Amino acid sequence: MEAMKAIEMKGISKAFGGIQANENVDLTVFNGEVHALLGENGAGKSTLMNMLSGIYRPDGGTVAIYGREVAFSSPGDSIAMGIGMIHQHFKLVDVMTARENIALGNNKGFFTRAKELSKEIRAISDRYGLDVDPDKKVYNMSVGEKQTLEIIKVLYRGAKILILDEPTAVLTPQEIKRLFRIIRNMRDQGCAVVIITHKLNEVMEISDRITVLRRGQTIGTVNTKDVEVGNLIEMMVGKKVDLAIKKTKMPEPKPELLQVDNLSVRNSENKLALEEVSFSLYGGEILGVAGVAGSGQKEICETIAGLLRAEKGRIFFEGENILGKTPRDIIRLGIRMGFIPEDRLGMGLVGSMDIVHNLILKDYQNQPGILLKRGPCEAKAKAIVERLDIQTPGIHHPVKKLSGGNIQKVLLGREIDSNPKVLITAYPVRGLDIGASYKIYDLLNEQKAKGVGVLFIGEDLDVLMELCDRIMVFCAGRTTGIVNPEEVTKEEIGLLMTGGKEAQI
Amino acid sequence: MNLIQIRKRDELSLAKERIIRIAAVLLSLVAAGLVIMILGYSPFEVFPSMVKGALGTEIRLQQTILKAIPLVITSLGILVAFKMKFWNIGGEGQILMGALGASYVALNVEGLPKPLMLLLMGIAAMIAGGLWAFIPAFFKARLGVNETIFTLMLNYIAIKYVTYLQYGPWKSPESQGFPKVATFEDYAVLPSLFGIHAGWLIALILVALVYFFINHTKTGFEICVVGESTETARYAGMNISTVVIISMLLSGGLCGLTGMIQASAVEKTLSASLSAGYGFTAIITAWLAKLNAVAALFVCIAFAVLLQGGMYIQISMQIPAAVADMMQGIILFFVLGSEFFLQYKVSLSGKLRKTKEVA
Repeated sequence: MEAMKAIEMKGISKAFGGIQANENVDLTVFNGEVHALLGENGAGKSTLMNMLSGIYRPDGGTVAIYGREVAFSSPGDSIAMGIGMIHQHFKLVDVMTARENIALGNNKGFFTRAKELSKEIRAISDRYGLDVDPDKKVYNMSVGEKQTLEIIKVLYRGAKILILDEPTAVLTPQEIKRLFRIIRNMRDQGCAVVIITHKLNEVMEISDRITVLRRGQTIGTVNTKDVEVGNLIEMMVGKKVDLAIKKTKMPEPKPELLQVDNLSVRNSENKLALEEVSFSLYGGEILGVAGVAGSGQKEICETIAGLLRAEKGRIFFEGENILGKTPRDIIRLGIRMGFIPEDRLGMGLVGSMDIVHNLILKDYQNQPGILLKRGPCEAKAKAIVERLDIQTPGIHHPVKKLSGGNIQKVLLGREIDSNPKVLITAYPVRGLDIGASYKIYDLLNEQKAKGVGVLFIGEDLDVLMELCDRIMVFCAGRTTGIVNPEEVTKEEIGLLMTGGKEAQI
Repeated sequence: MNLIQIRKRDELSLAKERIIRIAAVLLSLVAAGLVIMILGYSPFEVFPSMVKGALGTEIRLQQTILKAIPLVITSLGILVAFKMKFWNIGGEGQILMGALGASYVALNVEGLPKPLMLLLMGIAAMIAGGLWAFIPAFFKARLGVNETIFTLMLNYIAIKYVTYLQYGPWKSPESQGFPKVATFEDYAVLPSLFGIHAGWLIALILVALVYFFINHTKTGFEICVVGESTETARYAGMNISTVVIISMLLSGGLCGLTGMIQASAVEKTLSASLSAGYGFTAIITAWLAKLNAVAALFVCIAFAVLLQGGMYIQISMQIPAAVADMMQGIILFFVLGSEFFLQYKVSLSGKLRKTKEVA
């Protein structure tokens, strides 16, 4: 097949307020290639793709699709040109079947034409090796199936150019393999595929060419086979970064700090979110938690922190059962436990308040009297800003105006400041750039060295395997195994994530 | 092709923010002026006349302050609830219930020295107003019932109940058939201080107290955190139900105190019309003050000028007082509308594109 320029973006610029999100960006994608768009958070990947899918309009520069210059004013224009975007968060109607979701907003006539539609869907499925039952309801689908449905949806609308935004974030290693097979199929059929990601291993595996963005600018486009991971990081970050996470072995015996025994928890929809979960967390270790998103990670953290009621089970903190204690009890009793929740600004911090008041949040309960004392927290705020190197105009700057990494440092700084024995961290590096992520890993390792027991909910298996001493795998609210990352492969963990087999070391 | 492009702004400098806000107020005056012109009057006569009517003479100034007092105290009550994102639309009802509580004491307790009597009336008013606010707070805290409709509906119950008392059981036998509650005896009437009833002093003290409460007490801090995010509040170990109930008791209590002051110092009796819409106007003033107690003081004075000026032009120029109501609406519309321009930048993309192409 003749390589044709499917997408040619030249000199694209886009500013939001004072921030230049894209500056003179070039991107060329050929037919029949998988093109990875690589960059840290805030590098301008999403902005660029949103311009391609008609959500934003560029301030300057030209976009040509199949050699024809275009100016999209709505997502509809972009779809009409054969561009299909698959968002990180699926846009599907749960109570409808696959077929109905595909037909949604896309019906040419008045009737639903169920049979014809099914036939067309099957034709597309066969052609690209996709597999979805048109009559299956979305709520019965796994994440992988939903993603496949999203892909069929855009293909049905005639997409020849596919953009996938962080498609692997929610998938198990096995599902990722399957997705990659589909992507290769599409490539071989002459589609152009753009994949946005920051997972380097996947980029190396799936892409033909890579364009790296940094701070809104194109750093360069390279052939995947000509580069190594190290080069890519250098392009992304702008300097050499030592990517090895150091893992220090702590001497035995480790004290058992937290013991979760036979814990069952129902979520807000009254479904069992945790089912008979038991494990122990020892001092001086990082216990990783792996699992497909929504397997009970959020619930285990919130139950230990006292935010969720358990149906049954016990949680021992240094031998004392703390189940049923509210966060207030935990703070007042001086139980030394820190919790970094997943939703930093929605739960861990008050976005509109400054660093001082966010420190007061955890401190005021134990202040005597009815008045709020700011003094001690001001000093603490200064110390934390200095120690964790938080980039902020001052301790009275609203935390939501800080960058993601600095927000996380404020939260982690506060939790570490109380000298916890147990530190629970839910996705602590989500949305953080490489530099900030490594700073967080270092801080966690520092805590481990001090004898703290760290529970680390993660999403990147590579990171989990490098950072953690043990990995506990969750599948649909149950623990399917606790493994030593040095003795298992990623695929074996992936198997446990889907409930494959019990394993214990 | 969309001609108008709307984008989210990042950060505005403080100076720019101020310019937009001042522009909004100026524009609202221009718009109000236009309406006044359409009605056939000259805005250049009406506006100065309003200011003169509100501040011109000592008596008019007193009238303006008399209007500002209930507005300030009610605004304080409203903002305590709004800080927590509890939409208390029930100020009217809480004012009336407060007036009812105070009146009960005024009409039934005898033989107390005046200061003690007034104190007792104030306490009764705060309890009655607080209880009226406690009902929706309780249901919100326990069952998650929407407070907006609930507080709104309680207004009408309060109005009708006071009307019932006024026409029925509490009707004064000396009123010669008029539906009127007995006038308070002198010992239940708030004394004057420098020509105006002592409510102004109470209002000033409350401004300071509420400001201090919100900014310097643990409970005030809790209210702010609950308003920002209930999840964070839970995370920080706050008991949200308690916080909701405490702040609503306070909110209703403050509104109730307004009722006591109006009943004791202005009407000198209980009447279903004594709330005079302050419970609703206070929502506007609290909002315009960005829920800051000190700012609320000034916004309320400005609104009182508007109200008093509106009444004055009705008498002096035969302009309907509704014009003043309308101006309130226009000002609110522009100021709230300016929030949009503080957050978004609007530009004409068609023009932009053309100039780019030329260049």
